[in-house]
Amino acid sequence: MTTALLRFPYVIGRGLTGSLDHVGRVTLLLVEMVRGLPQVRTWFPLTVREAYNVGVGSLFIVLLVSGFAGAVTALQTGYQFTGNIPYYVVGSLVVESVVLELGPVLTGLILAGRIGARYAAELGTMRVTEQIDALESLGRSPASYLVIPRVLAGLIMVPVLVIVADLVGIVSGWWFARQVLPLTDADFVYGARAFWRPFDAYYSLIKAFFFAASITIIPCYMGFSTQHGAEGVGRATTYAVVASSVMILLLDTVLAQILLH
Amino acid sequence: MIELRDLHKRFGEQVVLDGVDFTVMEGETVALLGESGTGKSVLLKHINGLLHPDVGDIVVDGKHVPSLKRRELSELRSSIGYVFQNGALFDSMNVFENIRFGLSDMDLYNSVDYCRDRVPECLRLVNLEPDVAKKLPAELSGGMRKRVGVARAIAGQPKYLLYDEPTSGLDPLNADIIDNLVTHLAEELGVTSVMVTHDVRGAFRVADRIALLTNGKIALQGTQKEFLESDDEHVKAFLERDFEDTSYAA
Ligand SMILES: Nc1ncnc2c1ncn2[C@@H]1O[C@H](COP(=O)(O)OP(=O)(O)OP(=O)(O)O)[C@@H](O)[C@H]1O
Ligand SMILES: [Mg+2]
Repeated sequence: MTTALLRFPYVIGRGLTGSLDHVGRVTLLLVEMVRGLPQVRTWFPLTVREAYNVGVGSLFIVLLVSGFAGAVTALQTGYQFTGNIPYYVVGSLVVESVVLELGPVLTGLILAGRIGARYAAELGTMRVTEQIDALESLGRSPASYLVIPRVLAGLIMVPVLVIVADLVGIVSGWWFARQVLPLTDADFVYGARAFWRPFDAYYSLIKAFFFAASITIIPCYMGFSTQHGAEGVGRATTYAVVASSVMILLLDTVLAQILLH
Repeated sequence: MIELRDLHKRFGEQVVLDGVDFTVMEGETVALLGESGTGKSVLLKHINGLLHPDVGDIVVDGKHVPSLKRRELSELRSSIGYVFQNGALFDSMNVFENIRFGLSDMDLYNSVDYCRDRVPECLRLVNLEPDVAKKLPAELSGGMRKRVGVARAIAGQPKYLLYDEPTSGLDPLNADIIDNLVTHLAEELGVTSVMVTHDVRGAFRVADRIALLTNGKIALQGTQKEFLESDDEHVKAFLERDFEDTSYAA
């Protein structure tokens, strides 16, 4: 017990220097990226291909998740309804919760698993099999070939996928609301408009953008710093998914604080 | 010319290079011998800046490698072909694309005609059939992968070549072909090369001079004759054991 207490500052200190170390090295990676940006002819075609992979590859799961999210929101709202609340409130609730929270956050978390895990595993494998060294040995910049295309593809496609998720979530919520409540389309639209501000759409996109940054940059960083063979790749992949998911939840809170007050 | 002076490198507690002095003259081929795990690959990776020395100087082609700016370093690297011990082929690209990637001159890299000729030529030089070009690295045997690695390193006609065990794991016939290729590139094109190897007889055949790395230092760097006549205990031990091995195998 006492030893545990005595070790406490040490553990905190190590955690702190550890995260500072990560922050420093992520910053280095970002600097590398910026330096690689002039090589447009290298990263542009790769970015297009990667964006296609990310977009098409993730579309189905995003449709599925946002469809269910909208449905559940509508069903639970319907369940909690008591006589004296007007039905149109369902419209406001579904639209606001999907656009502000469920669309971006669920998409972000799903893609942290889909894109983040893939990026970390790909780059980690390339690191431990010396393919990244080979790239450098041929005078090429790993940032332009490997990091920029992946990060840009995410920054472009994640917001697009979030827009899709928002729309699908709303439509699905609308449809399910009509199944459980005696609600007309006019009610739903009225409710949706009642509390709607154009900023809500921007907010959804701003979130998507920040989430995209964390589910691309963190896994690329983890992949790049992989060590110790197959086990290391596994560890890098797990850390990448966990760290980017936690980052999404953190950003979600921070952005709500900053942008909604 | 490649010159390493008083090179030190450690990983954590483990001292790998402990004051290495090593030179390769212009147009010369030097074979680097040493037991497994003594740091031959680590030494080689310092030459093209894949690893950064703790202490010491590395001068290649008149340039001080550890202090080069990124652009200068990538220019220098384009003139140094590196054959990785495990091939390090890009596994998302087929063999054609891998070898084409060895062309660091972007104009040649983007020239469809040039690549269509150059890639099969490189495959032929390492004794591989042209139709291997369509395969993915995962579909190749270990020895084929190794030779594609060589083909990628020589594709851009670099001035320097660093081979990390290019013949280990190959059958004697293909090992000879690679040895001959090393000699050919050195004699016909004046390439300066370092070849890490475990094959002492191959080293004697290919190299102008031989170096032995033991305990983080170069125990001896000299001609075949100097090597055979050396009194250095490490050299003697290494040669004795190796010739025992080879006579055993024969
Ligand atoms: N990135 C690294 N991190 C930690 N230790 C390393 C690293 N690279 C090499 N080492 C250590 O350095 C030593 C030399 O490794 P190196 O790969 O140079 O050996 P080698 O002489 O090439 O052996 P082999 O003939 O088996 O290829 C080994 O003990 C290895 O454990
Ligand atoms: Mg080695």
